[in-house]
Amino acid sequence: MRTFLLRRLWQSLVVLLGVSFVVFLILHLTGDPALVLLSPEATPEDVRRFREAMGFNDPFIVQYWRFLAGALRGDFGQSVRHGEPAFGLVVERMPATFELAGAALLLALVLSIPAGIVSAVRRNTALDYVSTVIALLGQSMPTFWLGIMLILLLSVQLQLLPSSGRGGLEHLILPAVTLGLFTTARITRLTRSGMLEVLNQDYIRTARAKGVSDPPVVWKHALKNAAIPIVTIVGIELGTLLGGSVITETIFAWPGVGRLSVQAIYNRDYPVVQASVFLLATTFVVVNLLVDLIYTYLDPRIRLTR
Amino acid sequence: MSVDARAIALADEPRAERAEWLVFLRRLSTRRTALFGLAVVVLVVITAVAAPVLSPFDPIEQDLGDLRLKAPGFRDAAGRLHPLGTDHLGRDLLARVIYGARPALMVGFAAVVISGVIGMMTGLVSGYFGGRVDDVLMRLADIQLAFPFILLAIAVIGVLGPSLKTIIAVIGVSSWVVYARIVRSAVLSLREREFVQAALALGSGDGRVLIRHILPNALTPWLVVATLDMARVIVIESALSFLGLGVQPPTPTWGGMLADGRVYISTAWWLATFPGLAILVTVLGINLFGDGLRDTLDPRLKV
Repeated sequence: MRTFLLRRLWQSLVVLLGVSFVVFLILHLTGDPALVLLSPEATPEDVRRFREAMGFNDPFIVQYWRFLAGALRGDFGQSVRHGEPAFGLVVERMPATFELAGAALLLALVLSIPAGIVSAVRRNTALDYVSTVIALLGQSMPTFWLGIMLILLLSVQLQLLPSSGRGGLEHLILPAVTLGLFTTARITRLTRSGMLEVLNQDYIRTARAKGVSDPPVVWKHALKNAAIPIVTIVGIELGTLLGGSVITETIFAWPGVGRLSVQAIYNRDYPVVQASVFLLATTFVVVNLLVDLIYTYLDPRIRLTR
Repeated sequence: MSVDARAIALADEPRAERAEWLVFLRRLSTRRTALFGLAVVVLVVITAVAAPVLSPFDPIEQDLGDLRLKAPGFRDAAGRLHPLGTDHLGRDLLARVIYGARPALMVGFAAVVISGVIGMMTGLVSGYFGGRVDDVLMRLADIQLAFPFILLAIAVIGVLGPSLKTIIAVIGVSSWVVYARIVRSAVLSLREREFVQAALALGSGDGRVLIRHILPNALTPWLVVATLDMARVIVIESALSFLGLGVQPPTPTWGGMLADGRVYISTAWWLATFPGLAILVTVLGINLFGDGLRDTLDPRLKV
């Protein structure tokens, strides 16, 4: 167990190191970070001075080292647009993004797990078909279109819910539904297929043959084992949700990291872009580390095989 | 003598023979939803290819006079019908929806080919050689997966500037992980099979074994992943266009049309509705076909 923990921790560190390198590379893609950072009106003299001041003439590895040392201290440079440290700007918006992603995940779990179980237990009934079709549509529907259609219907036509901004619960509903639908669909399908697989196994048949009635079979025996893939995908889905927040926050003017980073890209405010990408990726890595630790408790076999 | 030994040793190798293909096609054709999906995909492809023939109007030609923001079913002064209405620049919406299939499918197909090839090679090497190489490649996969995909894509496209080539390259290069993982796990089990062991024992080199014996058998899961991934790529292409980082105007893209539609949401509902429906139908078709393909080829595949 200890070696597993240490190995997993080490892997996460390696991944974070890789993440930092990719984030560093973003600025160097065109070969000249000075031109990326400066406005197109800058004179060649400006560019030269800026290059000198920022150390862009140093060897590549030295520049990366400086970036990494800065990133570890939370220093990604100043936001070009806001004149504040980029890191602080991003951290300020994190709670809003977590609120949205958390609400979307909660919604997804509350809807999808019961739907998946019912679908599996009542296989090939009308209920199963309805849930399967909804899940299929949910998986095929682009987030941004869903968001716009919800605004059209519920905000513009019926005027039931606000279409933008962050505030009370009524502000959270539309963005959370929009962001959560894809995840809901995916977990519904996964729960259904996971349950079907487990329900066909010998020990379930044994339990049934011994006269255990249906509901306890489902709850005590089947769900516990079907839960393992679900827990795994929750960690991965968090990545989808954090990524999806970029679009959803833009549509609903939700003041989170996603919207901040899209605006930063439009404004060529790359320190903010780098800080956003780095922090969201770090969040993802940390959450997945936690998820892995949780499911080693659910399924002790994993400790041995990984 | 050695020829005989080889023939015997390799006799149990599963080959994609004609008969197998026929069985596969027969089984696939019993799945109505998969066939429906395929039909939808074929229709969309035909629409994209034959856009100039099918489209009633030029998708780019503007008319800022009295053709702006007309509702579906509108007939202009010349008596020509605009079935889906017109947009804020007086362009026919149906024509734009039809032409919008082109960038979507082009990006979808090209990106899937690029990421599919990268993923196939990575998965083959990783699964076959194992050890250090495997460790390094799988850590690279973890790093790739740690990024919120859309955010990384828009950051990179923001720096490089949006164009069809950049979009294809960015999506293609950063989507290889699913392929690598599924191919790797297929290779891990294939490597231990008798026909592979036999080929090795008979002196075939690693390269030959990988290409001739393992790759053909790892193609099945790869194909399923490629199909389903194409749906994802098309959504991403639309999302990028929606954010203004896709193929640039005046080329019509579904995502770009949606972005316009969002601006006019309270006055012209059709602008945002129809391009979105086009994306939904296309992606749904691909998903249905992909699901059917998976269930026919290998129901246990976790993709």
